[in-house]
Amino acid sequence: MHMHPNVIYKKETPILLMKSRVGKFKGKSMSAILFIEQMLNGLQFGVMLFLMAAGLTLVFGVMGLINLAHGSLYMIGAFAAAAVAAATNSFLFALAASLAVAAIAGVLIEATIIRRLYKRDHLDQVLATFALILIFSEGTRWIFGSFPLFLDRPDYLAGTVALPFGIEYSLYRLTLIGVGLAIAVGLYLVIMKTRIGIRIRAGENDREMIGALGVDISMLYTLVFALGAALAGLAGALIGAIQSVQVGMGEPVLILAFVVIVIGGIGSIKGALIGAILVGLTDTLGRFLLPQFFSLFLENSTATSVGASLASMSIYILMAAVLLIRPKGLFGGA
Amino acid sequence: MKKEMYLNIGLMALMLVVPLVAWVSDEPFWITLATRAVIFAIAGIGLNFALGFGGLVSFGHAAFFGLGGYAMGILAYHAQTYTPVFEWPFLLEGSKSMLLIWLVAIVVSALAALAIGALSLRTTGVYFIMITLAFGQMFYYFSISWSTYGGEDGLPIYVRNEFPGLNTMDPIQYFAICYVVLTLILILVHRMSQSSFGMMLQAARQNEKRVQAVGQTPYSLYLVAFTISGAITGLAGALFADLNRFVSPTMFSWHVSGEIMIFVILGGVGRVFGPLAGAALYILLEHTLGGLSEYWHIYLGALLLGVVLFTRGGIYGLFAGREVAHD
Amino acid sequence: MTNNPILAVRSLTKSFGGLVASKNINIDLYAGEIHALIGPNGAGKSTLIQQITGGLTSDEGEVYFDGQEISSLNTAARTRLGMGRTFQISSLAMEYTVLQNVVLGAIGFRGKVFDFFNNAMKDRELINRAETALVQVGLEDFRTYRTSDLSHGQRRQLEVAVALTLSPKAFLMDEPMAGLGAEGSKRLTGFLDELRKQAPILLIEHDMDAVFSLADRISVLVYGEIIATGSVDEIRQNPQVRSAYLGEEDTL
Repeated sequence: MHMHPNVIYKKETPILLMKSRVGKFKGKSMSAILFIEQMLNGLQFGVMLFLMAAGLTLVFGVMGLINLAHGSLYMIGAFAAAAVAAATNSFLFALAASLAVAAIAGVLIEATIIRRLYKRDHLDQVLATFALILIFSEGTRWIFGSFPLFLDRPDYLAGTVALPFGIEYSLYRLTLIGVGLAIAVGLYLVIMKTRIGIRIRAGENDREMIGALGVDISMLYTLVFALGAALAGLAGALIGAIQSVQVGMGEPVLILAFVVIVIGGIGSIKGALIGAILVGLTDTLGRFLLPQFFSLFLENSTATSVGASLASMSIYILMAAVLLIRPKGLFGGA
Repeated sequence: MKKEMYLNIGLMALMLVVPLVAWVSDEPFWITLATRAVIFAIAGIGLNFALGFGGLVSFGHAAFFGLGGYAMGILAYHAQTYTPVFEWPFLLEGSKSMLLIWLVAIVVSALAALAIGALSLRTTGVYFIMITLAFGQMFYYFSISWSTYGGEDGLPIYVRNEFPGLNTMDPIQYFAICYVVLTLILILVHRMSQSSFGMMLQAARQNEKRVQAVGQTPYSLYLVAFTISGAITGLAGALFADLNRFVSPTMFSWHVSGEIMIFVILGGVGRVFGPLAGAALYILLEHTLGGLSEYWHIYLGALLLGVVLFTRGGIYGLFAGREVAHD
Repeated sequence: MTNNPILAVRSLTKSFGGLVASKNINIDLYAGEIHALIGPNGAGKSTLIQQITGGLTSDEGEVYFDGQEISSLNTAARTRLGMGRTFQISSLAMEYTVLQNVVLGAIGFRGKVFDFFNNAMKDRELINRAETALVQVGLEDFRTYRTSDLSHGQRRQLEVAVALTLSPKAFLMDEPMAGLGAEGSKRLTGFLDELRKQAPILLIEHDMDAVFSLADRISVLVYGEIIATGSVDEIRQNPQVRSAYLGEEDTL
C-alpha cells in the first residue's frame, strides 16, 4: 500500500496548454478555437487508448483471458523506447524497440505463464496477472530506478502546424492521431480480410472449430498475445514522449482501457475504437468544460475544484450510463 | 472439519500471543504489525463474504476501505478544527468518538456498495471485475481532486479517536479494540454463513438455476451480500485510518483492492477464518522480505504466481483439506 | 377435473433469427393428470420449457398459472407461485450435501430467506420438511453425501426431492428418468403415479415405456409445433404422429 498515485497528464496538461495560448487569440473565436484544440486532444488521447484497448479486447475475445499485466507491457514499451532513444538518438529506432521489446516480453510471458491461465477461472487470471504487475513494476524500478526517464519527441515533429480556421496544433499530437487511426484501419483490415484474421475470428466464435480446421491454436494464441503486447508497447512509447516514462505509468491507462472495452463491448475491435474515442473526448472535454460551466454560478476557486472533481468522475459516469442501457456494452454480444 | 477448527483456534491464539509478548518485552513495533494484520484480516473477511460465499470477484473493494478511512478522516478533521461537516440538510458536527465514526463508516460504505453493486451486478464475469475496478478508481481520482480534504496529500489526524474507558494511543489498547472487533465480525460472518441467507448465497455461487428453481432471485442475494461485504471492509478502513492517524487517496488505490484479494486467496477462498491467515502471512512476508530487499514486491509477485498456478485453496486448503459442507 | 387448468399455455411462439423454435403452442395441465410432452430431439422441447418457466421471453402468446397471467414474471417469481421443476441437466449445488440441497428447497418454501443469524441446518422445521422429501424419493440414506459424489440417477431423484419441498401446485419435469436404469425408472414411475394426486405433472420424457404407462394425455411436439394432443391410445393411432415421429420407432 505504498504506491504513488499516478496522474495521467504529467508534463503537459490541457489546462496548462490552454493558459499558454490565451494571449494569441482575441474575442469569441478564441473559445471556439480552444474547444477545437481540446477536441483534438481528446481524439489523440482516445486513439492512444485504442491501442491499449485493442490488445486487451482481442486477448479476451480470442482466449477468454483478462490480462491486468497489459499495462506492464505498455510500460515496458516506453522504457525500451527511452533506453534506445538515449543510446541511438533516433526516435524511429526507439519506436521499433518499443514494438519489439513489448512483443518479446509478451511472447515470453504467454509461453511461460499466461498459457496456463486460459482454462482457469477469472479470479486466477486476475491474481496471476496482478502478480506479474508486481514483478514487472518492481523489476523495472530495480533496473531503471524510481526517477522518471525522458523520451523526447524528435525535432521534425516538434512545434505546431497550422490548421484551418487559424488553429495552431501540436504536430506531434496530430501525428499520434494519424498513426492511431492508421493502425485502427490496418487492424480492421487484418481481422476482416486476411487468413490470420479469419482464424482469429474463428477462434473467437468457436475454439473447437479452429482446432478442427487444423490451425495450430497455441501458435495463434501466442501471435494474438504478441500483437496486443506490441500495440501496448507502441502506445507506451508514443505517450511516453508527451508525459514521462516511469514505473506504474501503465496502470491508469490500463484501467481506462478497461472502461473503454466495457463501454465498447468485450471482444469487439469496433467497440474498442468507438469506446476509446468516447472516453478520450469525455475525459479531456470534461476537464476543460466542467470548471468553466461551474464558474457560471460558483466563485472561481470552488468552480475549479468542483469541476475538476466531477471531471475526474465523468468517464465512470459515462460507463455507468452505458451499462444501464446496454449491460454488455455498445457492441457486445446479445 | 476438526482440523479447520484447530487451525482457527491456533490462529486466534497466535494473533493474541504475538502482541502480548511484544507488549511485555516492550516492542511496540510488533504490536503495530499485529494490529495491521488484524485490520487487513477484517478487510479481507469483508471481501470474502462477496468473493468466497457469493462468487463475486470484486476488484474494487478499495472503494469501501477508502470510504471507511475518509469517514474517519473527515469526521475527526472537523472535530479537530471545530467546524461542522455540513449544515444542510441537517447539521452534522465532526466527531472524535470511535464508535460513532465506525457507525458512519459502516453506513457510508454500505450505501456505496449498494449503489455500485446495483449497477455492477447487472453484469457478470469479466465485466463485473472490470466495472468494480473502474468504480474503485473513480473514488481514487475523486479523492485526489477533492482539495477540501487534502487532495493528493491526504489528511493527517493528530490524535487517535476516543473509545470510552480506554487510552487508544497506547498500542496494546488499540490492538485490543481491533482484536475484539475482529472477533465479533468473525462470529457474525460465521453465523451468517450458516444461516438461510448464507446457504442460499453459497448455493447461488454454485448454481444460479438451483436458486431460481426454489423461488429466489440471485441478483437480490448478491446485492445484499455485496452490501454487507462493503460495510465490513469499510469498517476495516476506519480502523486502518485510525491506526495510522492519516488518510490519503492511496487507500482507494487499486493496489489495495489487489492486496485485499491476496489476503483472501492466501488464506483460502470461502473459509471464514481464511483472510486472517492470509493477512497474517502477508504482513509476515512484507516484514521479512521487505527487510531483505527494497524490491520485495518481486518476491511477493513470484510467490503469488506460484500459489495461483500450483496450489488450490490457500493456507486453509493446505492444512485443513477440501472444505466439507457443514452440517 | 372439469374446472380450469392449473397451467395454460396459449399461442406461445419464439424464434431465433429466422429459426422458429416454437410456433403457436397450446398446452393445458389439469389437476390430477400427468400430461406428457414428447418429440424428437431438436423439436423445441427445451425452448418451450424455458418459455413456460421464465428462462426465455416469448415473442407471442401467454402463460397462465393458477388463473393468473405470468408471462412477464421471472423464473423465481413463477416458482414462488407454485411451479416446481426439475432440470434435464441436473442443476444442484454440487458442493453441498444431499440434505443441504433439499434444505434449500425448504428455505425457499418458507420464504424467510433474509434470515442472517439462525443456523439453517439446525432448524427443525426446515430439516423435517427436507427429510420428508428425501424419504419420499428414497434418498434418505444419502443425506450426508456430497452431491457431486452422487450418480446421475440419484441426482435426478434429488431434483425431484427439492421440488417436493416446495409443495408446488404443478410440476414440470424435464426427463426425470434419464440415467436411472430399469430399477430406478420403475420406482420413479410408481412414485410419479402417486404424485399426480398431489399436483399435476407436465412430463418431458424420452422413456416411452414410462410415458405410455403414466400419461393421462400426451402432446407431440415436432419442429416447434404441437401436431397432436390426446390420450395414449389416440396418440398411438394418430397417423400424423406415426409418420412424423413414432413411425421411426418400432417399440410401438
